[in-house]
This record gives sequence, structure tokens and C-alpha cells, in this order.
Amino acid sequence: MIEHADIDTELIPILDKVSDPEIPVLTILDMGVVRYAKLVDDVVQIKITPTYSGCPAMDVIADDIKAAFKKEGYNVNIDLVLTPAWTTDWISEEGRDALEKYGIAPPLEAEADKDALLGNKKIVKCTNCGSQNTNLVSQFGSTACKALFQCEDCHEPFDYFKCLK
Amino acid sequence: MKILISNSFSTSASISILNEMKKNLYNYILGIADNSLILGQRLGELCGHGPSLETDIALTNISLDLFGQVRSYYQYAAKIANNGSNEDTIAMMRPEREYVNVLLVEQPNTDFGYVIARQFLFDVYHFMFLTELQNSKDETLAAIAKKSIKEVSYHLRFSSDWVKRLGDGTEESHKRIQNAINDLWTYTDELFHQTDAEKKMIAENIGVDTLKLKETYYQNVSEILNEATLDVPELKYFQKGGKQGIHTEHMGYILAELQYMQRTYPNMSW
Repeated sequence: MIEHADIDTELIPILDKVSDPEIPVLTILDMGVVRYAKLVDDVVQIKITPTYSGCPAMDVIADDIKAAFKKEGYNVNIDLVLTPAWTTDWISEEGRDALEKYGIAPPLEAEADKDALLGNKKIVKCTNCGSQNTNLVSQFGSTACKALFQCEDCHEPFDYFKCLK
Repeated sequence: MKILISNSFSTSASISILNEMKKNLYNYILGIADNSLILGQRLGELCGHGPSLETDIALTNISLDLFGQVRSYYQYAAKIANNGSNEDTIAMMRPEREYVNVLLVEQPNTDFGYVIARQFLFDVYHFMFLTELQNSKDETLAAIAKKSIKEVSYHLRFSSDWVKRLGDGTEESHKRIQNAINDLWTYTDELFHQTDAEKKMIAENIGVDTLKLKETYYQNVSEILNEATLDVPELKYFQKGGKQGIHTEHMGYILAELQYMQRTYPNMSW
């Protein structure tokens, strides 16, 4: 399930209860922000990494993780790490599906992302009607990780999760 | 007795070399971070005042990215200083002369043309700088650079795009962005002035040798300006001083707003 991070299987159910405060349909495991979670000498050691440097959600995520483990009777120590830098590749398949259902178009590959954000190609799929006849409204959306698009067919505005590599 | 004295001499000498090294690294980090702090503060002024909702959100998003990067730098600087300071005291409690940002980033939001021109002239530099900083021998700085460059590539794309839209837009937008580029050009050379701390850190393979970036910087900037149908200024006289803590008259006003809460209610927190 999680190939890119070092996480004890027994801790997964607890981590899976913590969701991203900005995008509540995603768990922090779906987001790929948990890099390491192991029980060492009765203390759960956790490393998390920010999606964006200024992401205000990180403090909330750390608090939520602490609360989730405390509830299960664990002591927990959380460190913030910067390397390797987070990439949208770490969003799980389940996470990508959840994003789309929630109304946020999941990230494209790097080259396609560039074409989409420069308005060269219409490739971002509308989360409402599925049409690819969509236009970029703004390279920056409601949070640092998203861009704002609008569908030309159903006229619905929607967020697009920018590719970060 | 003699041996003792010479021993204590060599110990204090090695301590002072270590301290010297730490001091240079500390100053070097502030030299990077202060640019982002002050530019972030300038962009933050536009929150709720941007020319359109989309650009308002974009500019404050960029501000947030810069503040996030600044936190990582200042946290690291505080660790090196090890004198009870923290990211907040470094950001909020220094007097004006101790801020070492370049003059470019403190220039005011005169109009949208100035906002974009300032951002563009800084983003081109910032992107090139971080590209190199990723190879720093200092692991923490390299890590911050690797994280930040992903964000800054979006900033650069945003500001370059707007330079082209304004330059190749209407007669009015062309005039405004050209004015801004002409006015701000005088602050670009300072980006490549090397302080003592920079020179020392370059020698240690920690710092970026910005002089090597200068020619490519002006090439990259000129390329976009040409595409935007704008003239590349032919200026021979440049302003400097920010890196030595000697700022333009705008700096005091920025700090008055930035520091107000901490000065009024020392050590307050949310």
C-alpha cells in the first residue's frame, strides 16, 4: 500500500484515521506526507514532510497525529523533515480517486501539467462533467497546491491539484 | 605553565575559527532568507487588495510559499546561533540595519506593473540561485533549496507570464510594465554583489557563486522582455546597500507593520 515510506504495518490503521485538514477526503497516508512511523522503545517515532513550505496544515496535522495516537495509548514524537522533498507522485491511487470525486482534478504528469498551466493544451478533465474543454482561470487556487480551472461545457469552476516534482 | 598557556591559546583560536565560521553561515542564511521575508511581506500587503480575485490569491499564495521557506531558514539560523533566538525573534525583533535583504524586494507596490516587474526580476534570480544551492555542501541548505525550487518554479512561471501579458497587452499595460522595469532595473545588480559572508561560504562550497549567474540572469530576463515586446533598459548606474543593512526609505514602513505586534506586546503568541 505504501511503498515509498517506512511505516510499521500495525500503525497504519491509526494513521489512516487522520485526514488532511484542507482536503478532508484524503488521509495523510493518501497524501504521502508521512515518511516514517515506527514504534521504538514504546514511543511512536513519526516523520512528516510538508507538501508546500508554507503549508499551514502541517501544524494541525502534527496535532491530529498526536491526538490519534494518544487515544490509542501511545506516546508519540513527531519530526518535520524536508528531504526528500514531497512530490505529487506520493499521492496514492485511492487518494487520486478521492480527490476527483471531491471536485479536485488530480495532478497530471510534469510535462502535461506545464502544458495545462500555460494554456497550451486542454487536458485537465472537468470534475463535474468529465469534459476536457477546460480553461485555466488562475495558476494559483484556494491553496498553494492548487490551480483554478473552469469547464467550458458545464461552466463549473474547479480546482486542479498542481504537479509537484 | 608555558604549555598550558599555549594550549589555552590554541583552543581559543580554534573556538574563534569555529565561531567565525558559524557567524558567516548565520549571516549567509539571513542574506538568503531576508529577501524572501521582505518580499513576502510586500506581497502580503496585497491580500484583499489585488487587482482581481485570481491575482490577489496568486500573489498571497506566493507570499505564503516565501514565508514557509523563510521559516526553514530562520529555524536553521536560530539553531546555529544557539543564543535563545528563534524564527520569530529573527523575523520580528531585529532593528532595520540588521536586515540584509536586497533593495529590490522592499520597493513598494506602486501599481500592478511594479508588483509583477519586482516579482519577475527577483524570481529569475531566485530560481537560478536555488538551482545552485541544491548542491550546497550544507545539507540543510541543500534540503531547503530542493523543497523551495519546486515552489519557485511556479512563481517564475506566473511572473514571466504576466510580464508577457502586460508587455504585449494594451498600450496602457505596456507603458506601465515598461516604466516599472525601467525603475526597478537599478536594483538588479545588487543581487550579484557578494558580501564577506557570501565569499567565505562560496570558498567552503556552501554558498552559491552568484557572480557566475549574472550573465545568464540578464540573458534570461532579456529573453522574456523581448518576447513581451519590452525594451531592455540600458542602465549603467546601479543602487546598492541593502546587503549592508542600508535600506531605502520604504524599509522603515515595512518593518513598522511587520514588527508592530511583537513590539507592542513582546513575546506574544497566537
